[in-house]
Amino acid sequence: MQALLDRLDGLLANNSIFTLQTLSFYGDGLVTTVQLVFLSLIIGLVMAVPLAIGRSSRHGIIKWPIFLYTYVFRGTPLLIQLYLIYYGVVFVEGIQESWLWPIIKEPFVPALFAFTLNTAAYTTEIFRGAIKATPRGEIEAARAYGMSPALALRRIVLPSAFRRALPAYGNEVIFMLHASAIASVVTLMDLTGAARFVYARFYAPFDAFLFVAAIYLCLTFAILYFFRFLEKRLLAHLRPMT
Amino acid sequence: MLDLQGYGPRLLEGAGVTVSLAVLSLALSLVLGLATASAKMSRSVVAHRLATLYTTLIRGVPDLVLMMLLFFGGQIGVNVLTDWLYDTTGVDIFININEFVAGVVTIGLIFGAYMGETFRGAFMAVEHGQIEAGKAYGMGDRLVFWRIRFPQMMRHALPGLSNNWMVLLKTTALVSVIGLSDMVRIAAEASKATREPFTFMIVVAVIYLLIASVSEWLFARLQKRYSIGYGEMD
Repeated sequence: MQALLDRLDGLLANNSIFTLQTLSFYGDGLVTTVQLVFLSLIIGLVMAVPLAIGRSSRHGIIKWPIFLYTYVFRGTPLLIQLYLIYYGVVFVEGIQESWLWPIIKEPFVPALFAFTLNTAAYTTEIFRGAIKATPRGEIEAARAYGMSPALALRRIVLPSAFRRALPAYGNEVIFMLHASAIASVVTLMDLTGAARFVYARFYAPFDAFLFVAAIYLCLTFAILYFFRFLEKRLLAHLRPMT
Repeated sequence: MLDLQGYGPRLLEGAGVTVSLAVLSLALSLVLGLATASAKMSRSVVAHRLATLYTTLIRGVPDLVLMMLLFFGGQIGVNVLTDWLYDTTGVDIFININEFVAGVVTIGLIFGAYMGETFRGAFMAVEHGQIEAGKAYGMGDRLVFWRIRFPQMMRHALPGLSNNWMVLLKTTALVSVIGLSDMVRIAAEASKATREPFTFMIVVAVIYLLIASVSEWLFARLQKRYSIGYGEMD
């Protein structure tokens, strides 16, 4: 490891901007970005499944509040949602006295909160579309086998809906990665935050932002190929026979 | 009752900036999108590769990063250009990149890539027989494009265009970060000054929802117009 660092140091000897120090900023930023995106996607996914089932319900009292939630969060900019939570959290009664305050006052938590609510809204609508597209025959077949609605949902509807939702969900994951750049606005040192810092320090916009753009591009392609691989595995039965 | 503490007129002004920014970027992105779609469908390998490079790069990098690159980098680029002009010809000009122009160019450039994909799919959905019929009537390529391919393509493109427009509208919020006084920036300033973030952010969120609802209605009307002759027979 030390040898590798020494070699890297030698490689960067003539470069005033990309020193080990700035590269470590980018490295920390990468970790923050990946943590933020991964956590919000996982929590959002867990939230979206029951919400999507509720959104497909026949009862207005379950359906409409969820619709309102997805409509508002999909219809307004993420930046507004982030500002609202970041600046608004201080005004929640009693929060500054609570034991959670030392964690909450860091920008990571409000950002995670905003991103999770945002991606959960989009994912809910993706899943709802996939649930709605379940062929009627499949549900009828489940009924004919004597399955209860809950069992049919668990065994028939959801597994096939998840598969159908996969391509759209892959897009949502990439969208979240790109949206996470906004976190730098509330002083979080994510990848974009690191780039802004390097830009401000060296006044070198091309170096700072092109480098970070290349990292995002690599991440985007990694996600893209991962989902292509998943689709190949999970949607194999839908491919046309050759 | 809603108390905007005197920020009402400025918020409205900001809403005006947001709307004009969005509409101008939309116009630019439509032009770029049509050009990209044509390049992708053209027989020229170079044009095809360039268009693919453009859409891949733009869609792989966050909007905010592109915006900062073009805004901060653009200023340096322009400075280098004017310095060079001064050294070679002695003409001394100073160009300060205007945030509004930078915003329109960046958002237009980003969404041109998305529009290109939408247009390409829509053009391919127009039956080839339609084009042949136009040629059989003696129309040239240009006339076939404007009379046959474009109007029929729009029917297929409109749902995608409406989707892109909604995303574009929300993306305009990012220009507040590079210093443009759109309604998000004014609301952020007002929130800090008055310590009432909920009031201002919720007002701005409602304005966004209003703009989105109005444009949804407009797109539904456009869709109806471009679908004349389809699905009304039965």
